[in-house]
Amino acid sequence: MSLFRFRREGGLARTPRAHSPLPWIALIALILGVLALAFAWFAGWVGNRLTAQRFTDSIEASGTTQPGFRRAHSKGVCVSGVFTPSAQAATLSTARAFSQPQVPVLGRLSIGGGDPHGADNSARVRSIALQLSTDDGQQWRMAMNSFPFFAVPTVAAFHEQTLAQVPDPATGKPDPKRMAAVLEKYPSARAFQQWAKTAPWSTSWASTTFNSINSFWFTDAQGRQRAVRWRWEPQAAFVEMDAAQRAAAGVDFLSEDLRRRLAEGPVRWNLVVTLAAAGDAIDDPSVAWPAEREQVVAGVLSLQHMQSQEAGACGELNFDPLILPTGIRGSDDPVLAARSAVYSQSFNRRERERASGATAAPATEHAR
Amino acid sequence: MSPRTGHFNLLARVLHWSMAVMILAMLFVGVTMVASLQWRPQLIDLHRPLGIAIGVLVLLRLYNRLRHGAPPLPADLPGWQVLAAKASHVLLYALMLAMPLIGWSMLSAGGYPIVLGGGLHLPAIVPHSPALYAALRSAHSLLAYVLFATVLLHLGAALFHLWVRRDGVFQAMARGRD
Repeated sequence: MSLFRFRREGGLARTPRAHSPLPWIALIALILGVLALAFAWFAGWVGNRLTAQRFTDSIEASGTTQPGFRRAHSKGVCVSGVFTPSAQAATLSTARAFSQPQVPVLGRLSIGGGDPHGADNSARVRSIALQLSTDDGQQWRMAMNSFPFFAVPTVAAFHEQTLAQVPDPATGKPDPKRMAAVLEKYPSARAFQQWAKTAPWSTSWASTTFNSINSFWFTDAQGRQRAVRWRWEPQAAFVEMDAAQRAAAGVDFLSEDLRRRLAEGPVRWNLVVTLAAAGDAIDDPSVAWPAEREQVVAGVLSLQHMQSQEAGACGELNFDPLILPTGIRGSDDPVLAARSAVYSQSFNRRERERASGATAAPATEHAR
Repeated sequence: MSPRTGHFNLLARVLHWSMAVMILAMLFVGVTMVASLQWRPQLIDLHRPLGIAIGVLVLLRLYNRLRHGAPPLPADLPGWQVLAAKASHVLLYALMLAMPLIGWSMLSAGGYPIVLGGGLHLPAIVPHSPALYAALRSAHSLLAYVLFATVLLHLGAALFHLWVRRDGVFQAMARGRD
């Protein structure tokens, strides 16, 4: 068989073989097989472990995902403006956003849920995503929420909670027993539900506080590292919206309100940084830090313009909260890493859908 | 231009073995970081600078290969194996060059900052565009699978030369003298 015939250069042709090739061929096959299997395992193709793909599939199954739109917080508008750091900001972190006099900001204000045409007046959760681009070429992206703490402590719990929202094929509705089991298992999920039921609703994105939820580490010029969380504290006065007003409000009242406000001038939030004390839960987003922790106002966000998410620049961005400049790094919070992984999946799917012609323009387009 | 010794020169051997480790690591890091809910941040911080490093090293390697050539294959190697060897080497070089460029372009098209670490970053090399991003992102995965398959084939063939044919082909890359 010519395959196995060999001759070293200068050697004799057809030297009798002193070894059987079969064990060697088996060894080669074994080595290649192990490598291929390991590759398939790391890629999540074999085995049933929870991957970013499977988590994103669960999110899609739990909601009303539409091709070409974000898998979560699908309805929103693009905004732009500037961030102006305070004098104290530079003492917290060497991030350029804390020393550059004015930082251009691109962002997105949105509501929770997977329906890109969802009703603003039934969305308990509101959110803001921002991209600060500094003159050193670096970026700081954030994705923040109006709830004060995360409902669940771990990625596994987050997935259980997501699965509990998947409609039962028999009834077309989520099985209430599954959500009850999640609430039973996780005290923070009960606390979250309590927040959702009792926290007052505001009449505007502009009077909503947005929280980083996850913790991060700031590094200052001396190399000192501090665990922090931050929030955008609105400068606009809080005006409560009761249940009757909410029922009467339109499905797009948030973007309509924002457009009215921006016509009169910039809408502003203060960046309030909270510094952890010893013993605070840094890697558990379901535990809020005590209110008396040291807080520093690190700057002001002034939003000046808005555009629809179809026309604006925010639509084609992945607001991955782990895109951070030097001077800031993510904590070891597992939910933070999982958010980054799932956002990337969501972005890839959305961009592929948009590239293959999935319509991203809603039937009604309100934020012009 | 073939070297007279029947072996690859020292630079070729150092580049080959160091890049072998880097490329195999990159392939595993790549598929793992895309699937992992836990390790993506650390792995992507490794993936970008390592990919750019491979892109730079392959230029040096290509220059060295074109300048100094490769030792001849055994005279009795069947024609189809000679063809497979040459074709797979061309494919490996093409993929080693293409993968970092596609990765860099893909991040550019996705509107991502191209962060190498330590405040270092690269400029965008293509416009921010969802259509371009989608195509490049798919190509990056698909070509990674092709590269992995080619690497396996290359490794299998190398071990075949080492253990079955015992014809010195493996040694040409493993050491400088007989």
